[in-house]
Amino acid sequence: MTLLDLNDVSKRFITEKGITRALDDIELDVKKGEFITIIGPSGCGKSTLLKIIAGLDTEHEGEVLLDGDAVLGPSIDKGFIFQEPRLFPWLNVEKNISANLPVTKEVKEHVRELIKLVRLEGFETAYPKELSGGMAQRVAIARALLRNPKVLLLDEPFGALDAFTRAHMQEVLLDIWQKNKTTMIFVTHDIDEAIYLADRVVIMNARPGTIRKMIPVGVTHPRKKTNADFQKIRQQVLTEFEQVEHGKSLAVSHS
Amino acid sequence: MSNQAGVLSRRTIDEKELALKRQRKQSITSYWVRGLALPASIILIWELAGLFELISATLLPRPSEILAAFRDLIVSGELFSHFTISLLRAIGGFLLGGALGLAAGLAVGFSKRTEQTLDPTLQMLRTVPTLAVIPLFILWFGFGEVSKILLISKAAFFPLYVNAFLGIRSVDSKLFDVAKVLQFSKWKQITTLILPAALPNILLGLRLSLGGAWLALVAAELMGSSEGVGYLIMDARQFSQTSIVFVGIIIFAVFGKASDSFVRYFERRLLKWRENYIG
Repeated sequence: MTLLDLNDVSKRFITEKGITRALDDIELDVKKGEFITIIGPSGCGKSTLLKIIAGLDTEHEGEVLLDGDAVLGPSIDKGFIFQEPRLFPWLNVEKNISANLPVTKEVKEHVRELIKLVRLEGFETAYPKELSGGMAQRVAIARALLRNPKVLLLDEPFGALDAFTRAHMQEVLLDIWQKNKTTMIFVTHDIDEAIYLADRVVIMNARPGTIRKMIPVGVTHPRKKTNADFQKIRQQVLTEFEQVEHGKSLAVSHS
Repeated sequence: MSNQAGVLSRRTIDEKELALKRQRKQSITSYWVRGLALPASIILIWELAGLFELISATLLPRPSEILAAFRDLIVSGELFSHFTISLLRAIGGFLLGGALGLAAGLAVGFSKRTEQTLDPTLQMLRTVPTLAVIPLFILWFGFGEVSKILLISKAAFFPLYVNAFLGIRSVDSKLFDVAKVLQFSKWKQITTLILPAALPNILLGLRLSLGGAWLALVAAELMGSSEGVGYLIMDARQFSQTSIVFVGIIIFAVFGKASDSFVRYFERRLLKWRENYIG
């Protein structure tokens, strides 16, 4: 069942030098419960695409349909995780998660479950300044999940974390995905991360930003990065990437 | 064997904790010693210099004489009544000016249109020194309480105005994106995002306002009054009762510091979420 439907989505920036095509003709169908990762060179418009899906950027062509309804602005249906955790520094972990919601018994119970899910028990009353980067990002994830989003959009959420923390966060995220069946769209520039998490890896071209290829990852969870099947897909993605780079240099030499 | 090791490590932990506690106790004592060393030695030298008549008793009475004057004023009840009057003036002026300053700062901070209408005028008035308007206030309102309270209000208004305005405008725009994604209502945006983010600046404004009110109080009472600590000082000066002048000055200093510490106490409690360099 299609949850998210992008038809002909394009985005242009008008600058002094002329028109830059940030995104061109993006067609994407995301099934309910699917885990999509989007990967591409910097400047390919992958973050812009995510902002358009979130409704944070509404100045584009084409339509974005979530559950059949056009996306016209941001809402709690589309949970968004930024590159940085962006917690409210004056609220403790619990209150950061509930944020604007009235603290009813039900909300309280749900917050407690989510704290357990993102493995932050014992830190309920800690302030953001006392948390590490990975912990803070998990609070941000719990904050988005509390609103029961139809889709969770993640914009390079683990980009600033060290390798060990990053691997741990990937486990936590997969755990959440398997338990909650939340649809995920995850933007990254890390090839291993993209393959490790996804049902489908979307590879993008830069200038103009287009979808180059979608590669399904048919490896069952739990995955091993050293596994032969995993490596095969990795080769496939890498080959595509080389062509992305090649295509870019060709375009440059022509112009 | 393992049990023994456990006992051993337990003991070392206890010892470490004890050492740490001792260190902390020591540092509290040294904190007081360090802070009091300078004023205590100044007072001692002053007292001795007065005792050996190295300085004139009229110009600089000894600390013990000042203390005696202080005691006399308390016993006669004079000090209390003067102090109450001064305090009421300061509180009245501070509440009036501070509340208006906070309200104006918030209004201007929240709305660009209000800013364009109000801010240029207020910024112009801000640069007028408080002391320069004293003659005008006396002409308009006479020597009574009204001119004093208004003068104090003027001094208390601007620090809160400027800082509340600044606080609201310096809210991190990235957090506004979060508020959008989480669908904050306008009200929630104000109460859970803007006001807490502006609170450090508002509290700073509060401290500066209190300081300003205190300064203006002295100016207002010195310009002519028949009650209050400022009057006490002026009256004592006319009769060369230098020790009473000192009592007045000390009261202003102590109470000014006390009110500042009061706000700082709230600052520490309300802003414990902040990451600060503590030196």
